[in-house]
This record gives sequence, C-alpha cells and structure tokens, in this order.
Amino acid sequence: MTRFLPPVTIALAALVLWQLVSFIAGSHSVSGVVETMAYLFRMMQQESFWLDVAESGTAIFYAICLSMLFGWALGVVIGLNRNVSDVSEPILVTFYSLPKVTLYPLVLLLFGLGLSAKVAFGVMHGLVPICLITGNAIRQLRPVYIRTAKVMRLSRSSVTFHVVLPAILPELISSLRIGLSLSILGVLIGEMFASKRGLGFAAVNAMGLGDGTRIMAIGVFLSVCAISINFLLLEIESAIRHRTARI
Amino acid sequence: MSIMSEAIAIAPAPEAHAPVAASLSGVTRVFGASGSGMAVHALGPIDLSLYKGEFFSVVGPSGCGKSTLLDVLAGLSKPTTGTAEFEGRAIDGVPDGVGVVFQEDASFPWLTVENNVAFGLRRAGFEAAEVERRVNYALGFMGLRDFRKAYPVQLSGGMRQRVCIARTLVLQPRLILLDEPFGALDQQTRLLMADELLRLWRETNATVFLITHSLDEAAMLSDRIGVMSARPGTIIETIETGWPKDRDSRIVSDLRFASITARMWEKLRVETMKTMVSQEGKLQ
Repeated sequence: MTRFLPPVTIALAALVLWQLVSFIAGSHSVSGVVETMAYLFRMMQQESFWLDVAESGTAIFYAICLSMLFGWALGVVIGLNRNVSDVSEPILVTFYSLPKVTLYPLVLLLFGLGLSAKVAFGVMHGLVPICLITGNAIRQLRPVYIRTAKVMRLSRSSVTFHVVLPAILPELISSLRIGLSLSILGVLIGEMFASKRGLGFAAVNAMGLGDGTRIMAIGVFLSVCAISINFLLLEIESAIRHRTARI
Repeated sequence: MSIMSEAIAIAPAPEAHAPVAASLSGVTRVFGASGSGMAVHALGPIDLSLYKGEFFSVVGPSGCGKSTLLDVLAGLSKPTTGTAEFEGRAIDGVPDGVGVVFQEDASFPWLTVENNVAFGLRRAGFEAAEVERRVNYALGFMGLRDFRKAYPVQLSGGMRQRVCIARTLVLQPRLILLDEPFGALDQQTRLLMADELLRLWRETNATVFLITHSLDEAAMLSDRIGVMSARPGTIIETIETGWPKDRDSRIVSDLRFASITARMWEKLRVETMKTMVSQEGKLQ
C-alpha cells in the first residue's frame, strides 16, 4: 500500500493547488474542483459527449496501432542494420524536433478533414519515439543471447520470437507507453485545429463559447484516461523489468 | 628441457588412442581479411586433435585468440584457411552434438530456472515427458532442484552459470566447449564448480574443451593442456597431465600439480611479456 502513497499524495496536492488557483483567479476563469466534477458528471450523462469520446478514442486507437506497427518494424530494421541506423536516425530525430503543428495544413491537404488526418497526425507524434526506442533496445541486446541461440541451432524466426522479443519486451512496452501519450497529444491537437467532432474539438468549441467549466471537465476526463493507461503500462513494464533486471 | 619440465610425469593421456572427436588442421583466422582496413591475424596456424572423452584445456595470454579458437570449433566462426572437423565432418555452422557455455551469464532473465534449462529441448521439439525427465535430471545434477521456479535475477553468479551448464547438459552434447565459464566467480566457488564440471564430464563421457585464464584450473581439470602463444595464437606446447579420471579439486595438493602449473607458466611468461610489450608499443 505504501507504494501508492506518493502518487495519491501528489494527486491530493494537485487538487488542493487547483482549488487554490480557482480561488485566486476566480471560478469564471478556473472552475473549482467540486464545480468541475459536478459538470463532468452531468456531461457524462449526455450522448454527444460519448460520441466525442468515441471519435477521439477511435482516432487514438488507429494512431497507436499504426505507430506500433510501423514504429516497431522500422525500429527492428534500424536496430539490426548499423548503416540504416546511421542514415535514418539523424533524419528521424530532426523530423521529430520540428514543430509538427506547422505541418498539419499539409496533412489536411493529403488526408482531408476527418478521421484519417487526425490518425496521421497522431502517428506523426507517436511513431518516431517508438521506432527509436525499439532500435536502441535491439542494439543494446546482449550478444551472448544471440550466440546462445545460434549454438542451439534455432531458426531465425525462433530467435526472433523466443529470444529477441522477450529480451526487449520491457523496452517495447516503454516505447508503447511513450508513443501512446504522444499519439493522444497528436490526435487532440489535430482535433483542435481542424475537426468536426472529438474531445479536442469539444474543448476548442467550449473555449469559443467561454465555457471554462466544460474545458476543465474535458481536461479532467482526458487526464484521468491518459494517467490510468500510462499507470497500467508502467506497472506492466516495471513488473517485467524487476523480473529481468540484472544484479 | 628444463628441470621443471622433467619433473612432470608425462604419461600418455588415456584418451590418446581414442578416436578423434574434433580436429583442426592448418586453421588460421584473420579478421578484416576481405574488407578494407588493416587485417588482424588473430589465430594460427593451428593443428589440433581432440580425442573422444578427453578433457582438453587451453591457456594463453590475453588476446591470443583462445575464444576465436573456440568459435571455430563451435561453428560460430569460419576459419580463414585450414579445415575444422567434428566427428569426421567439416564444420559448417554449429554442428549437431556441440554445446557451448560462455563466460558471460547467458541465462535468459525472462525465464525461470526450469524453463531456461528446458529452453533448447522445447525449441528442438522434444516431447513434454522427455523434457521433464531431462530437466529434472539436470536440475538435480547441478543442485538447482530447489530453485527451479526462481528467476536468474534471484540467483548468485555461480548458480546462474550452473543454469547455463544445465541448459547445455540437457541437450546431451558429445563435445562441450567452455569459454572461461568460471571467469566471473570467486576462487572458492571456482573450485567447487570445477569439481562439478569433472563430475559432469565423467558422467556424460563427453569431450570437453575448456578455455581458461587460470593455470590452476587447467592443471586440475585437464587430461591435456594446450599452451598458446601471443597473437597470432598457435599451440606452442601440449602438456599431458596424467591425472586419473576420478580426480577432484583435492589434487591441488599433489606435488605434480605444482610442476604442471610451473611448466605452463614457464611457457606462458614469455608469451605474456610479448603481449604486454606489444600493448605498451601500441599505447606509445
């Protein structure tokens, strides 16, 4: 139980701080904790809210699936081939350092206004970290595992599935965790700039209407979802790392 | 011949008339020979025959190519020139019947001890009952039965190395190659592990090829010891110990033991100094 004490303390401290800011700035600017929670409860009983959740959720799901698929595949290629790594890594890092939002008009031109543009923008955020972490994990793989597999005369697929994948599993989950957070960010930014539905669109819409409580309620909902998924993946990752960590 | 050499009773090893298990003929290994850059002549030429059921150790200065020699025998590395054979067939890839224990801990941290030991058998498609039988035997033999559900991270370095030996043992190799398997262990654990290795060798009747830095270990364990020169490593002397097959670590108190180690050191001292001079030259 003591393991959960620090996060619970931080959460409580955040709530106190939030309430304090609300007192200082006024509830018209920053809604208080109780007011926001009550609003969120009412909002969650509306069908339109769940339509927005479904819209964003679908885009995030596709974005993370594609980021994982291409990120892990590219990461494997980068990890296995030094030349590919030397060429592609600086390009990927440079691309990732660009303010991607400036490329969103181009994404809209390519994919049109709708789900595919949001997914593409989510992938643009999530793919690179997944790819780089996977490539690095493969490069860091202890050569003695591969030598052991060779001595056992394992087939290439057996080496991949029974040695390489289990060995890099903690890093794969870590890449998924980081990629997911960034894909959520990408999709929401996409929805804020050009979309007809979704939680990002709902937040910007509320901002236009000056509805601060709604913005806060959406923010709380998104934060709880993101933190819960992140926490779950972190737990899985640390359980595996704890088991496989070397003394 | 020095007084020290004459002091050793050089009896022919009991396996000297046994059939040849593996052989190397004119084997050399040059790294970077085909590509650009400076080629490094790491090994050879080496001519060596390992007899069935013998315990052969190799000692040599650092960087003389001992591990490269083991890689060639294991089929993990191809000789640049010469031929390597196992049971009369040219070695091309890792041959069936060869097991290797590396110096580094090669236990898979994501598997329990029993799953580590069973790994090779399962991948080779053995039936579950046979896997169970062999794993039980190996765990008992290596004293790991109480730790079968443990993960490697929960074990000491010596026990993890035992897991690796057990994993090799269950595949019933006819040639066991050991690349400084006890290099990372303390002296007491090394002695005990050496006893276990001798017991394993006697029980399996496999041919054992051991690479070691430890002269004591080589003198205690081996039927024959190959002393290697500085790089490019060649075998400059083969010492036959004449130990009985049922030996154990207590032979370290035998007078002949000191003679054998002294003989090895007499040869190795010159070669180690050559290596040191060459390394100092590079630093300057």
